Amino acid sequence: MDQTPAIMAEGLRKRYGDVAAVDGVSLEVGRGEFYGILGPNGAGKTTTMEMLEGLRRPDEGAARLLGEPSWPRDPRLLRRIGVQLQASAFFEKLTAREQIRTFGALYGVPAEAADAMLAKVGLTEKAGVRDDQLSGGQAQRLSIACALVHDPELVFLDEPTTGLDPQARRNLWDLLRTINAEGRTVVLTTHYMDEAQQLCDRVAVMDHGRVLRVGAPAALIEELGVESLEDVFLALTGREYRG
Amino acid sequence: MTGFVSLSRAMALGLLRDRAAVFFTLVFPLMFLLLFGALFKDTSANAVKIVQVGSVAVFDELPDVERERLRPVLEIERTSGSKAALEQALEKVRTGEVDGVVYQRETGSRGSADAAGSGAAAGAGGQVELRVSAADPAKAGSVRSIVSSIVQEVNLRATGQPPRYTLGTDRVEDKSVQAIQFLTPGLLGWAVAMGAVFGTAYNLVSWRKKRILRRLWLAPVGAGSVVGARIGVNLALALAQTAIFLAVATLPYYGLQLSGDWWLCVPLILSATLAFMSIGLVVGAWAKTEEAANGLAQLIVLPMAFLSGSFFPLDSAPEWVQTISRFLPLRHLADALQGVLSRGESWATALPVIGGMLLFGAVLTLVARSMFRWDTA
Repeated sequence: MDQTPAIMAEGLRKRYGDVAAVDGVSLEVGRGEFYGILGPNGAGKTTTMEMLEGLRRPDEGAARLLGEPSWPRDPRLLRRIGVQLQASAFFEKLTAREQIRTFGALYGVPAEAADAMLAKVGLTEKAGVRDDQLSGGQAQRLSIACALVHDPELVFLDEPTTGLDPQARRNLWDLLRTINAEGRTVVLTTHYMDEAQQLCDRVAVMDHGRVLRVGAPAALIEELGVESLEDVFLALTGREYRG
Repeated sequence: MTGFVSLSRAMALGLLRDRAAVFFTLVFPLMFLLLFGALFKDTSANAVKIVQVGSVAVFDELPDVERERLRPVLEIERTSGSKAALEQALEKVRTGEVDGVVYQRETGSRGSADAAGSGAAAGAGGQVELRVSAADPAKAGSVRSIVSSIVQEVNLRATGQPPRYTLGTDRVEDKSVQAIQFLTPGLLGWAVAMGAVFGTAYNLVSWRKKRILRRLWLAPVGAGSVVGARIGVNLALALAQTAIFLAVATLPYYGLQLSGDWWLCVPLILSATLAFMSIGLVVGAWAKTEEAANGLAQLIVLPMAFLSGSFFPLDSAPEWVQTISRFLPLRHLADALQGVLSRGESWATALPVIGGMLLFGAVLTLVARSMFRWDTA
């Protein structure tokens, strides 16, 4: 297998007016790694993800995915990455099966393969249900399935478990572990430190547009001499309320 | 290619399953056509209504053939010849309930009136009195001329002479506008404008809010496929609207007669759809929420429909309204549609309008492009 890193980002910067949303972020994510980007609201996680994905052009710096630059847009690269933006990024009035087949068709994936992906996330029974009738957990699983339908090597997930009940979250963790165990590189953002601690090989803690610390959860806990990843997070980003 | 097909399919299903969208783009304008078409069906034949007080020889002795011929233009209500009845009838003229009153001065022999069907044989003459309202000179004029022509005809017949001059009349195959010829293009244009403006604006805002636009950017599908699918779905919708409208309007009940190059309505509708979609793009690029998009679209489409004469003719509208309407694509669409559908006009009418629509669409698309945002923020 190709040993170039899954993600190689150097000195990413993005300003919105006077605000530096991302202020010099460098990251390296290895092949097959499960990587978490953590940070309080407004830390710059989403903008960083968007620059990595190639949705936004960095003011400075560059990101390479699987060895290819993610900006400008390159359809050949897009076939190798999967992006889940939000559980609500569905077409209006389509059933779960129609959603995943539509997304599949964008990548040239046949309908049977799309249906198989639906089965993999446990939604075969809900195939005929429209997106707005799915529960929160089902909608999340469908949106992840839509991101995976073309069998990408690198997957970005944006807060995949937000708003789910504990059962649905654990159910989804199993799914994410499976995806990662199949050899895919997974990058996710989350607000839940227990989730990051459970799932991620390494995490990057961000605040004010910078990466404060990168490491395996256990190593960071040990380094800072605290109990959990949540303590690491609070120790690094402070306790004041961000709104 | 599969991207284009699957996106078209997704958009079409989304549209067809949206009951509100189907109602407002297909059913609602069609309801107007059904209703207005029925309401104004007979207004062109506006019969004149008069009251006949007592017996009036010239009317009573009309042959049945003649009576039949007059039926569409003259409606006669009979009352007794009493003074009270005359007073009542005159009051009806004053209030505008009827257009005129006829009665006969008591000069001739009463006998002739009783001899029904004796026709021109009735020898005795008389003074036929007609009273009309002064409120509506045009109506009064037509009452006067109809009654006068009846009286003259009876006079002529009384002489027993063949007429020296006769008036030959026939109808010119109708290039004047009947209600349905005016309503069909107007309401069809309005329906197409609604479908294209609302559909495009709503779609753009909704896809931006749901981040589907972003998601598509990250799929290996070209902008051409996405835009092409949307245009294709809207053009198909416009053609469906056209087919349904023409099918209804040409029913014998509504009686729209299609003239020679009526099929030119197809390129006209298609080019106008592009122009209206460009309005939708500007609305969608500006609006942050679906509600704002709907509101702004309504604010544009409804006044445009009124000012373009979609619901009623602009012939008697003030000059400034006419001036404004000349800048509205819907006005030109409605005019050109009327021309090719029922006035026998052809390329000379359609081509400049098609060109204008495409230009209008291109300019507004550029405007929308400069306003375009990926995100709501």
